[in-house]
Amino acid sequence: MSPAQWDLPPELCCRPVAFVALTGLDVVYNAIHRAIWDAFCANRRADRVPISFKVLPGDNEYPKCRTKRTSYEWYIPKGILKTGWMNKHLNLVPALVVLFYELDWDDPQWKEKQSECATKVEIVRTSLQGRNTKVAVVLIQKKTPLPPGEDLVASERASALCGACDLSGKSLFVLPHTDHLVGYIIRSDFLFLNKHQFKMGFFSELKQDTQNALKYYRTAYSLVHELRAHETNMLEIKTMAGFINYKICRLCFQHNTPLDAIAQFRKHIDLCKKKIGSAELAFEHTAWMSKQFQSFGDLFDEAIKLGLTAIQTQNPGFYYQQAAYYAQERKQQVGQLCSHEPGVGYPAPDPLETTSGALDFYGQRPWRQGHQSIDPPDSEKEKQGILALQVKERDIPHSELIIALLSNAVAQFKKYKCPRMKSHLMVQMGEEYYHAKDYTKALKLLDYVMCDYRTERWWSLLTSILCTALKCSYLMGQVKDYITYSMELVGRASILPEEQKSRIEKNLIKVLMNEVPEPEPDCDPLSVKTAQSLWSDRISLAGSNEFTIEVQDYVPFVQCKAKFLSPSFHIDEPVQLHVYVRADCPHPVRFSKLCVSLSNQEYNQYCLLEDASKGKDILEPSTQENMCLVPGKTRKYCFKFVAKTEDVGKKIEITSVGLMLGRETARYVYLNWRGGWGDAASSHETLQACRSFKKRTRFPEQQVDWDTVTIQSSTMIISRVPKISVQLTHEPPALTNEMYCMIVTIQSGEDTVAKDIKLTAGLKPGQDANLTQSTQITLNGTEVCDDSHPALLPDIPLGDLHPGQKIVKPLYIHCVSTGSRILLFHVAYSVSATVEGKDITCKCHKDETVTLETVVPYEVAMKFVSSKFEHLERVYVDIPFLLMMDILSASPWPIELVNSEVQLASSMNAIDQPQSQVEGVTLQTSECASECFLLKCPPVQNGTSTVASGHYIISWKRKSTFAETSVVRTIVTLPHVMVENIPLYVHAELPSFGRVRESLPVRYHLENRTGLVQDVEITVEPSDAFMFSGLKQVRMRILPGAEQEMLYNFYPLMAGYQVLPQLNINLLRFPNISNQLLRRFLPSRIFVKPQGRNGDTSIEAA
Amino acid sequence: MQTAIMIVANYPLYIRSVPTQGELKFHYTVHTSLDVVEEKISGVGKALADQRELYLGLLYPTEDYKVYGYMTNSKVKFVIVVDSSNTSLRDNEIRSMFRKLHNSFTDVMCNPFYNPGDPIQSKAFDSIVSTMMVQAF
Repeated sequence: MSPAQWDLPPELCCRPVAFVALTGLDVVYNAIHRAIWDAFCANRRADRVPISFKVLPGDNEYPKCRTKRTSYEWYIPKGILKTGWMNKHLNLVPALVVLFYELDWDDPQWKEKQSECATKVEIVRTSLQGRNTKVAVVLIQKKTPLPPGEDLVASERASALCGACDLSGKSLFVLPHTDHLVGYIIRSDFLFLNKHQFKMGFFSELKQDTQNALKYYRTAYSLVHELRAHETNMLEIKTMAGFINYKICRLCFQHNTPLDAIAQFRKHIDLCKKKIGSAELAFEHTAWMSKQFQSFGDLFDEAIKLGLTAIQTQNPGFYYQQAAYYAQERKQQVGQLCSHEPGVGYPAPDPLETTSGALDFYGQRPWRQGHQSIDPPDSEKEKQGILALQVKERDIPHSELIIALLSNAVAQFKKYKCPRMKSHLMVQMGEEYYHAKDYTKALKLLDYVMCDYRTERWWSLLTSILCTALKCSYLMGQVKDYITYSMELVGRASILPEEQKSRIEKNLIKVLMNEVPEPEPDCDPLSVKTAQSLWSDRISLAGSNEFTIEVQDYVPFVQCKAKFLSPSFHIDEPVQLHVYVRADCPHPVRFSKLCVSLSNQEYNQYCLLEDASKGKDILEPSTQENMCLVPGKTRKYCFKFVAKTEDVGKKIEITSVGLMLGRETARYVYLNWRGGWGDAASSHETLQACRSFKKRTRFPEQQVDWDTVTIQSSTMIISRVPKISVQLTHEPPALTNEMYCMIVTIQSGEDTVAKDIKLTAGLKPGQDANLTQSTQITLNGTEVCDDSHPALLPDIPLGDLHPGQKIVKPLYIHCVSTGSRILLFHVAYSVSATVEGKDITCKCHKDETVTLETVVPYEVAMKFVSSKFEHLERVYVDIPFLLMMDILSASPWPIELVNSEVQLASSMNAIDQPQSQVEGVTLQTSECASECFLLKCPPVQNGTSTVASGHYIISWKRKSTFAETSVVRTIVTLPHVMVENIPLYVHAELPSFGRVRESLPVRYHLENRTGLVQDVEITVEPSDAFMFSGLKQVRMRILPGAEQEMLYNFYPLMAGYQVLPQLNINLLRFPNISNQLLRRFLPSRIFVKPQGRNGDTSIEAA
Repeated sequence: MQTAIMIVANYPLYIRSVPTQGELKFHYTVHTSLDVVEEKISGVGKALADQRELYLGLLYPTEDYKVYGYMTNSKVKFVIVVDSSNTSLRDNEIRSMFRKLHNSFTDVMCNPFYNPGDPIQSKAFDSIVSTMMVQAF
């Protein structure tokens, strides 16, 4: 039997279409006939009924029809479905035979032609031998026919022809109508008994009546399972069940009811799963099962291609996968059932040979076709047959089948977002390739998926994959792969038992010593033999015996962590680096080289550990030795080096750590840790370790707990710590505009000369940009800075400084605005030093920063007051007033007011020579100094206007014992003031005090300041404290520019401060000039002294 | 009858299977079932994530096993694999098994000496799983 035995017959898988035979056409020589044939076959669109056409000669031999039974009584069936049946109805027995005949209605030889046509029809009929095939005649006519009913000759002759040919009128056609030929029906009177339901279904399908077909198939399916199943006909029943199931599922998908298809398939599998049949041919069952799943997968996939949507948990992949499982099981069974003795050959008269070369019925044994009883007729023949089947099965390329199914499944799962399932199937494919001895492909697949399992930390699965991969690499003699896989299998990611690890480690060491490793267990002995010779070839081969393994992609048995001891090192101290190495293998292992690569490769030479005793046997590790890794113990290697001065301010990074296993003389492998630590499993382990609450066990001396080793893979080289002191002496806060003195004292604490000292001082960069504008620094404190001075003075050379010496440098800072600023004092110098016996020139620098507050030294308040010290909102032309200044000290330090000065604007006149009244005054904190100036405004136009007053200039300095300070001139702008003309000016002339019961003469002057004659009404109100004489109420006229004088004699009655009798002045022409306004020019009170008992003198003296 | 219980945080935290010889197959089954878990989680809208049902139901049927899934709020997955011939276990029984497992798992997590993410080595948890396996299968 061929491997195609389990394949479904092609006629089953195709979509059945009706078969129509065309006869009487000469397509080769007759152009008209050719055109007719093309019209039939070409351009058959999907909407037309699917028909398969064939041109046959008129006397074609059709399959013979056996006599039909009228009942199945006494009928002993030989089988269920004959093998040729479907093909017969698809391709051999036509549903309709169409006879083409060239004949026009008005043909002169009508009679002869008519009988010739009848003969032809008869020939066809005879050759069909009573099959229920319809026959139709097509007359190929040259003339266009007249509309029906009009051509009397035609209809008469047509009926005559029908009669002669024994045809119904409907079966006669005329050519121009041939396109409508498709509406034929095949006879459906194949009403057999229920055993022929499959055939019914098949015929229904032929008729494109799929719903009915499905119904028939379903009945057929249940009937098949009702058959009595025993060992002899099990295969036949299963084969039939498989066929029918296929048909049902196919139709379900076609009807877009995929769930029905799946349900049917599950039912089918559940029913047939246990029907194994002959135990000796169990592989037949698994092969059949595999085929069931595969064909269902195919159907499913096909349906998807036609628009069905599948989901992740229900896609064809699962069916292919299951098919692959059965294929694998089949292979296993073959291993058990077909491992005959070498002497057993294929049986001599081939029991599988049949006379016809094919089977009569589907699913029957070739050596007992048609046999239907429970027991096999000939037990010897049966044995021979089974043996023949087993021997044939042995030659089947099982692995190929399995791999094909698996790769189908992989493609599906890839589509339905199942990466893990895909990986799993790829592992299986790899394993199958391994079994098929295609190690290259196996390794390629396994290697591809390995990293997925590694990153997902499924160690159990990874170990199993690695074991297979190791076998492959061994059998192919792939040294690098062999080493890589061994390293991982020995390490902590592997769950292999100790003895396995030990075996692998020993092999690994052998390979590193350039010896042939022991074969892996359970390998094919033949392949092992090939592998051994491959290995010995490898070993004799010079070169290509060094490998680098990038550790971050694997979990090897050596772990490494490299760290700098500090995140930064000063240039005058050695950079220290520790490398921790640990092995997880069962036996101690020796390495021959440990090297650290740094970002600046010049340092690499200092971070190298090499085996001094080259050529020693690495198989004998001694635990005392430095370069031997004892399992489970962490080893520490220390390196140090002096950094180069040009690396100051730069970062040094560990780019990688390399560990060499093996010998340069034999074979060696470099484990390379990029960044100095970490393999594929480390990051998770580190995370877990740092999360852990576990109490750290104390390790004895020289031993380290691996988990506590932290990583420091880069370090900064920083400049040497300066041994100088920078001191700042000053008296904060600074006052606005003063030249604030800061004294910088630099003292050397170095042991050698500090050369080339440079001071950079001023506003620290990176602050508010406005501060740069409002801060100036200078070395010269005698004059006040202006905008041309910088905010930062860079690199002020200060020369050299011998040990113990100091430099004092005063600096002056001019702060224009208040607020805080950060000042920077940066002292740089160079000094020579010795590190680890090396002389280097170190550049050192020391920074001092200070935050300086700037405050206002004093507040100046200015106001205009009247001569009575009353506050004035406006001043009056030619009437004197006072300008008052209050200087309130806000400085925490005493301020000396050196001088003050008023610079009046042209609109103001001083009444007498203005002189500073605060000159030389020293103000303590929150003390106030005041002075005033008597001023007068000349007349202004328009009655009123606002005029500028001028400036007030204060010269002052901080009073300090600490440093000589310079005088600062501060100019304050005086406020503007409103000047107003007044129509009448009143002032009084009276003594400074009165005395009780003594006359007090008061003279009031009224001055008309306008160019008009003014009517003035004056009244004096009575007062309790005074009696008075004079005009109590008067009305008078004052001429322009004239002055009126009024004299009153007041007579005080009471002592003390007394309110004078109030003088009310009413200007009749200027009603808006109020009495109150005018009264402000007049005194309101006077001090009255009591009358002395013993005369005036005593009181005056008192 | 073959059964396995597995606690997985994308990598295995706890595995128990009966019988033990076919363990690797179970591992693969559970590992592949994570595909379905991932798909199910991603399918749930973010708004619904809070009141999400922890029980994920039957992940996928294979010819031989039924694989059920459950995911805690801390994204630890529980997977139970039962022989597909075992018809005594209904959805409700599986659900209550998961709940029991979750309770016991919570106890493990509450242990201050347990470091989340490490393999579970707890006698109490072991015995709960053992009784569950004896009772159910």
